[in-house]
Amino acid sequence: MTAARRKVARKSAAKKSVARKSAAKKPAARKPAARKPAARKPAARKPAARKPAAKKPAAKKPAARKPVARRSAAGKPLAGKPSARKPAARPARARAAAPASIPALMGYALWLELDAVERYRELADAMEMHNNRDVADLFRRMAAIESKHADRIMKQMDWSKVPPPPAGPAPWAGAEGPETVAHEEVHYLMQPYHALALALKGEEQALRFFEALERAASVPAVKRAAAEMADEEREHVALVKNWMARVPPPDDGWRDDPDPPRYTD
Amino acid sequence: MTPTATATAVTERPAASTPATFKSATKPIWCPGCGDYSVLSSITKAFAMLALKPEETVVVSGIGCSSRIPAYTTCYGFHGVHGRALAAATGVKLARPELTVLVAGGDGDGYSIGGNHFLHACRRNVDMTYVVMDNHVYGMTKGQPSPTTEPDWDSKLAPGGTGVRAFHPLVIALASGANFVARAFSGDPNGTADIIAQAVRHPGFSFVEILSPCVTFRPDQRSWKDLVHPASVTVTDDPARAARRVMTDDGFNIGVLYAGGRTPYPLARRAHPVAVADLEAEFAP
Amino acid sequence: MMAHTTANANDPARAGLSIALAGSGGSGVMTAGTLFLSAAAKAGAYGLMVRTSGPQIRGGEAAALLRIARAPVESLDDRFHLLLAFDWQNVHRFADEIPLGPSSLIVGDAAEGEPPAAFVATGARYEAVPLKKIAKGIPGSWTNMVALGLAGALAGLPREAIVAALRDSWKRDAASLAANLAAIDAGAQAAAGFEGMAKLPSLAPGGGRWLISGNEAAGLGAIRGGVRFVAAYPITPATELLEWMAPALAKVGGSLLQAEDELASINMIVGSSFAGVPSLTATAGPGLALMTEGIGLAVSAEVPLVVVDVMRGGPSTGIPAKSEQSDLSYAVSGLHGDAPRLVVAPTSIADCLATTQWAVHLAEALQAPAIVLSDQFMGQSRAIVDRPADLAFVGKRVVAEPNAPDYKRYRDTPSGVSPMAVPGNPGTAYTADGLEKNEAGTPSSGARDHLMQLDKRARKLTLHDYGDMWADVEGDGELAVITFGSATGPVREAIGRAAASGVRAKLVAMRLIAPALPEKLDLALAGVSQVLVVEQNHGAQFYRYLRAWFDLPGRPESFHRPGPLPLKPAELAQAIVAAAGRATGAQARTAVSA
Repeated sequence: MTAARRKVARKSAAKKSVARKSAAKKPAARKPAARKPAARKPAARKPAARKPAAKKPAAKKPAARKPVARRSAAGKPLAGKPSARKPAARPARARAAAPASIPALMGYALWLELDAVERYRELADAMEMHNNRDVADLFRRMAAIESKHADRIMKQMDWSKVPPPPAGPAPWAGAEGPETVAHEEVHYLMQPYHALALALKGEEQALRFFEALERAASVPAVKRAAAEMADEEREHVALVKNWMARVPPPDDGWRDDPDPPRYTD
Repeated sequence: MTPTATATAVTERPAASTPATFKSATKPIWCPGCGDYSVLSSITKAFAMLALKPEETVVVSGIGCSSRIPAYTTCYGFHGVHGRALAAATGVKLARPELTVLVAGGDGDGYSIGGNHFLHACRRNVDMTYVVMDNHVYGMTKGQPSPTTEPDWDSKLAPGGTGVRAFHPLVIALASGANFVARAFSGDPNGTADIIAQAVRHPGFSFVEILSPCVTFRPDQRSWKDLVHPASVTVTDDPARAARRVMTDDGFNIGVLYAGGRTPYPLARRAHPVAVADLEAEFAP
Repeated sequence: MMAHTTANANDPARAGLSIALAGSGGSGVMTAGTLFLSAAAKAGAYGLMVRTSGPQIRGGEAAALLRIARAPVESLDDRFHLLLAFDWQNVHRFADEIPLGPSSLIVGDAAEGEPPAAFVATGARYEAVPLKKIAKGIPGSWTNMVALGLAGALAGLPREAIVAALRDSWKRDAASLAANLAAIDAGAQAAAGFEGMAKLPSLAPGGGRWLISGNEAAGLGAIRGGVRFVAAYPITPATELLEWMAPALAKVGGSLLQAEDELASINMIVGSSFAGVPSLTATAGPGLALMTEGIGLAVSAEVPLVVVDVMRGGPSTGIPAKSEQSDLSYAVSGLHGDAPRLVVAPTSIADCLATTQWAVHLAEALQAPAIVLSDQFMGQSRAIVDRPADLAFVGKRVVAEPNAPDYKRYRDTPSGVSPMAVPGNPGTAYTADGLEKNEAGTPSSGARDHLMQLDKRARKLTLHDYGDMWADVEGDGELAVITFGSATGPVREAIGRAAASGVRAKLVAMRLIAPALPEKLDLALAGVSQVLVVEQNHGAQFYRYLRAWFDLPGRPESFHRPGPLPLKPAELAQAIVAAAGRATGAQARTAVSA
């Protein structure tokens, strides 16, 4: 999995479809938050300079991989009211054991982004295949945004290539990275509003993840870095909310298809 | 490899290959939201974990939504006829034992039209992995009941339900001699990848039943993600024990349920073959 | 007309000696027959042994139908010189299969009763020999060995050949060997007083002969052609082919797997061949019917494979242990969609080797399924033949190079054959598919791709140079007899008999049935004004196939008869002479439009 993320990172600049290119440009114009990262203070981000020696990522739980533990967010993924969502859609966002070093923390932060990028691209492909161009474009834009985020982490850490991931289970409890939109959350007739709702959910989960890490971290530098990441996610939450406000909410019958499904093989 | 060794989670993450290495440029035709997207992701993740080479891996399938998977990978693929994936895969593995063979398909393909091959693949115990994306419905033909469909599930072809008891693939697999039996859930791609990787590593015939919801014909299956839970048991190498468990659980028990130690089907060939001409002696009168 | 054919029938110098050994289960008829054939081979004879039996697995009536001659024989004769019955239980059921005449001899054991009326009515002479009593007098010996000695002596087989045959095959202890050798001698002595039984002409032991069944020959041909994997499901009369191949394949580094059914068999070999190993399955009609979807997959995915169909009486379960050429229509057209496939048919027991080997070669070269139409007669009969020549046909498919640039599995090449990437080859991975596809192998329902791939799959078969193997073309005449498979033997013999009475006919025994190559047949039929199509089935399947695909001169005639009785030279000679009569004066060939 890590490798996929690495690859995505490497490819992010090289392999762009037309759709992606335009997507990469547009958001800047459209949404305020895309500009925001520039405002970040690089100095504040330099914790990497004093990386604690700890090479081992963390004392992660030896227990076998955790299973799916989601219990809420019942079968209404596209209900459209993201704000009403229970905060604990993915409970126990961060495990008790927080990364013990800056590189470990930033490694996780990086994979979290790369995983989300990859998934957004898959979802964009699926939407394209099903002729839902608007949502496909939106997912590609999200992929571009998260990809930039990943690039920034690379730059901050002075990583020329994606570092090998720490062994062991990731410190998040969900089935996938907290920012990764689940495959089963989408629908072929979904509208940009739905897509943004899913994105918002991801950003909120990422926010809670870093908040939990901040609370759990014992190394001060790690604590600080987690707080910074949380700040950033908070900005993303605001950005997506802002974006959503400008997109019309869907009609009740958005998923109605007058034709029955088709026979294939 | 002992059962206990294989029962441990695959946690290493070798960097030799990546999931993206195994994803082809062909885009899936599955309905957005389909669990099969996640299973594809899990399969590519598992292949990367195992550091396989795409050209030395063969993905074999029959017919059905999930059976489209081979072309979505960069491996050698075989998309054969309905129900016969296990047979084709057996041929691949016997012909080329050095290849890694993964068979993928759905519940109709594997348990109905291919049911006989499922039984015999389990008992033959050829070293390969069978991944079934079970959504309790025929998707490509527009929503007919499959062997795993609930008896009261209403459909056009069986109004009011079939009234027929659902097939229990895990018990059948155990009774027939599969050497590794697990249940996974598409909504947990990382966990599923882990299980698939374990299945591929386990010698003999490994069977992974993946609950993979059909968003189009079984929207009710969206609730699966709230129903699944980890198997709160350790892996057993006793098929009777495993069978009792899976017969009494709620059907949403996720994890490796059985890892046996049966000897796989022998694949070795004679190291020093005789010349073909030597076969002729018996015909001299 | 009958006169000239019957004239030859009982002349051992020309037509050999025909002997039927019959009896009920447990009497060892088949063992005696096999030893007789083996002894004949050691003595330098050619010969043939056809098995026939009731439906019982054990204990049923059985007969070994033998024909021994100085020259190769490929069919049974019209009459038997000798019927030697170990007992008469239900042997009357073989009355049709064991035709006798006034010059025939019946030998039976009086203690077992009188010969059945059907045999007596032929006018054959009857001699009683107390076979069982003789065997009882030699503790440890068997009745069938007494019978073997008797038959051998009557036929004029050298004693040492019979003894050698018995010794070579003996698997029990020395004491019982001695007892049975004594039984053979006692049987020979019992024959001493008989008069009138024709004897074999003097034989010169010849080297380089083989004693082989069609099923074994097909198995060896497959291995010579390169087959190293077989998956199959047991079925009469193909099982012996598989039983021969199982240990043989293991010896040469291959393997055989008994599948759960024919659906599995065919799909397993599609898989193994996809993985790069030349593969084969063998079956009979019911199995072929189950396999057709998989064969269609091989057509579409362009996977080479060979299916040997050892035909038996049909439809459905039909007559499992008897021969018939009635799967032809199914073999040439029994796939859904436009699905070009190779269909070839061996023309004799020995030719089962060459034709199966050729089928492997063709399948591999053309990346297509090849069906070999053998049948129960060739498959289960055992013949003494000259050692089949070593053929150059070895399966060799065009494969993709590692990392071949811009590789497309189904590239639209001029020949229609495109390099096949085999798993393990880097940079050329593709998905083989039964879905229609584009050149790269991606599923496509586009009109252009469909037409392109249909053309490609048809073209690669029709453009191939099949050389002389497409048919055995022999002799000359205004009349040509076109036939295939096991009908070739009796047709060849019948043409010989017709020639003896001044009627000349050309033989065209087609080894390549599909694809149809009309220009090849046109060349072979140059100067022919009339054709007679001979086959063993009820529906004149070959005749209709030829009329659909080929231009046949004159008014094509058909001689067709279903199994289970084998085609006999006499009935065919009669048909040939009659057809030649009609051909005389026939106008220039008229093309028959399909």
